[in-house]
Amino acid sequence: MYRYDQYDQAMVDARVEEFRDQCQRRLDGQLSEDQFKPLRLMNGLYLQLHAYMLRVAIPYGTLSGAQMHILADIADKYDRGYAHFTTRQNVQYNWIKLEDAGDILADLASREMHAIQTSGNCIRNISSDHFAGAAADEVCDPRPYAELLRQWSSFHPEFSYLPRKFKIAVIASPTDRAAMKLHDIGINLVRNNEGELGAAFYVGGGMGRTPMIAPQIREFVPLDQLITYAEACLRVYNRHGRRDNKYKARIKILVHELGADEYRRQVEAEFEHLLAQKIEPPFAELERLCEFFGDPGFENLAEAEIDRSDPEFALWVDRNTHPHKRPGYTSAVISLKPVGGIPGDATAAQMRLMADLATQYSFDECRVMHTQNIVLPHVRKADLHALWTKLDEAGLATPNLDQIDDIIACPGLDYCSLANARSIPVAQKISQRFAANGKGDTLGELKLKISGCINACGHHHAGHIGILGVDRKGVENYQLLLGGSEADDTSLAKITGPGFDEDGIVNAVETATDVYLANRADGERFLDTYRRIGMAPFKEALYG
Amino acid sequence: MVDHTSTTPSGAEGRGPEARPFLRFRDDDPVGDPAVTVNAFLGQGNATAVRIEPGDDTRELLPHLDRVALVEVNFPTLGDGRGYSAARILREEGYTGELRAVGNVLVDQLAFMRRCGFDAFEPGEPLDAADVEAALGRFPHVYQQAADSAVPIWSLRHGKEAGARNG
Ligand code: HEM
Ligand code: SF4
Repeated sequence: MYRYDQYDQAMVDARVEEFRDQCQRRLDGQLSEDQFKPLRLMNGLYLQLHAYMLRVAIPYGTLSGAQMHILADIADKYDRGYAHFTTRQNVQYNWIKLEDAGDILADLASREMHAIQTSGNCIRNISSDHFAGAAADEVCDPRPYAELLRQWSSFHPEFSYLPRKFKIAVIASPTDRAAMKLHDIGINLVRNNEGELGAAFYVGGGMGRTPMIAPQIREFVPLDQLITYAEACLRVYNRHGRRDNKYKARIKILVHELGADEYRRQVEAEFEHLLAQKIEPPFAELERLCEFFGDPGFENLAEAEIDRSDPEFALWVDRNTHPHKRPGYTSAVISLKPVGGIPGDATAAQMRLMADLATQYSFDECRVMHTQNIVLPHVRKADLHALWTKLDEAGLATPNLDQIDDIIACPGLDYCSLANARSIPVAQKISQRFAANGKGDTLGELKLKISGCINACGHHHAGHIGILGVDRKGVENYQLLLGGSEADDTSLAKITGPGFDEDGIVNAVETATDVYLANRADGERFLDTYRRIGMAPFKEALYG
Repeated sequence: MVDHTSTTPSGAEGRGPEARPFLRFRDDDPVGDPAVTVNAFLGQGNATAVRIEPGDDTRELLPHLDRVALVEVNFPTLGDGRGYSAARILREEGYTGELRAVGNVLVDQLAFMRRCGFDAFEPGEPLDAADVEAALGRFPHVYQQAADSAVPIWSLRHGKEAGARNG
């Protein structure tokens, strides 16, 4: 894992003092809310329906045990004893007092964490593959490159007042587990024909009200030009991105309106110019970062057979583990989606347990997934049963990774001031319905994603089944979408037709799964069947 | 890389009592000529001061930089960050004259503006001198190469001296 040196620590400490000062000026009345707003937004502090919400950055989702512990302590000390893990691999607290904000940032800084650039029209926290450094299929660990970009984008003097927020994801395997092409910039590390590592750049993806899949802008950027190329992509956007209309301000609109070819031409010209400016960090810095993400001390184990005599354990192993690059190891997913629970919420006690299990079983490391679950990346297969037993005792062993009840849901109308409809109760009702009727276990991989409004924080465009909350004459109403994917076969879901009320949408989801079960061919996932048979049979069953 | 900055700001020197608030990090005398629009500048062979609006293409000025002594960059709103790119491009192209941010310039933006090459400020609202000093001294380091002479952290880590370039 990356560790701060004296420079990183000094920057974060300076930020804590600056924000403490700004909060104090607000509390004393020297700053109006209007003046304070842009300052607090630079530090992830939103004013929501009931209280302040604080968003903490978790770079590329990676946490040490000690970091998870301090997140738990903050939940106890300053919130109501729980925290919410988000689709951007970050964590949010929903009940924060302004008086405490400075102290919370100081607590975070004591464990090398911060809330810098977690909101505002700047480059946000960099996300990555939650199985980075562990996955059998990766060409390299993407996180050193994400860390290089994190440092470059921190307090960037030219790109802190962009037309709109800017999200970057970095992956390094053919399987996309980070929705890379749905980011403003998606970077995929690849090897060229000469076997050299480089970066493929995809620019102009995004969700929100106009979802778009990012086109490839460059097939191969050499590693010693990565920052320069990113700088060129951002400069073209900062100069030419639309600022006349907030809803057309994301880079996806610029790339779409210019066309990928013209955008590429402008980036390449800026890139040529910037190469001469010599703004790239020395290559030794990349080598320094790579060292932090090396082998954590894997043992040379023989491939292990897992004892499957306990069927509940065997089911959890089948669903919640992922192949590791080293024999005898696996990555284990801790589900934060118990039946009827709030997706992504964890209590302070659960967070402490996850922290301790990470320390004991996974080289002191855990990851936040964009699906709002937690990964222990490096678990010895021989330890799996002991791990599972402890998780089960704490209600953290739900065997549902990528099942219908592994629902992504945004905070919705329960917390969010922009919401049209509630997301959390819909997620709860769906998971309860499929647990009660027993169908949940028959469906296989089915990704269900819910957003409480068009902003798409819950990734509904990318759900095999998506649900979008809308406001219909003052009443909460839900649209059903089918056929989205955020994986390497990225696609955008389509709306089935008229929306439903809260109970109606739960029924509609069940109806859609019935159509799948009646039509599925051998080995087909819901998404495959939908792609084969199309929308018509679903429409017929839903509205017929 | 040009380093034409003096470290201490000067007040409204060389201006009458009616002068607007003014903060300057240069040792030479301020240009007296009024700045004209980019279009007017390109049309007039003798203007030495020009004012860039957010929608202007800074690069149109490049063939004429040798006759420019003052570039004003207007920030009509706080959130419109195009002026940061305009400033940096001018410095990257070797412009050494005065680069002045005008309009919606708040104390919290000064440090970034300095890094993009601005060496004079004419904010709509006067800035408190103590706030300016605090804001410019707040962060001990920088993380990236820009248009100033600050050495990025990643170079400090690998033993680069102040003033050295990356690469
Ligand atoms: C509760 C306070 C929140 C507010 C006010 C908020 C606001 C917004 C807005 C306005 C957008 C649309 C941006 C655009 O299209 O330009 C957006 C997009 C998004 N938000 Fe949130 N959000 C909130 C919470 C969250 C949470 C909790 C998550 C993660 C679970 C999240 C993840 C995202 C994602 C992934 C997108 C889509 C990114 C894209 O458009 O490319 N947000 N949010
Ligand atoms: S999708 Fe809408 S309702 Fe949900 S968190 Fe985002 S802004 Fe709020």
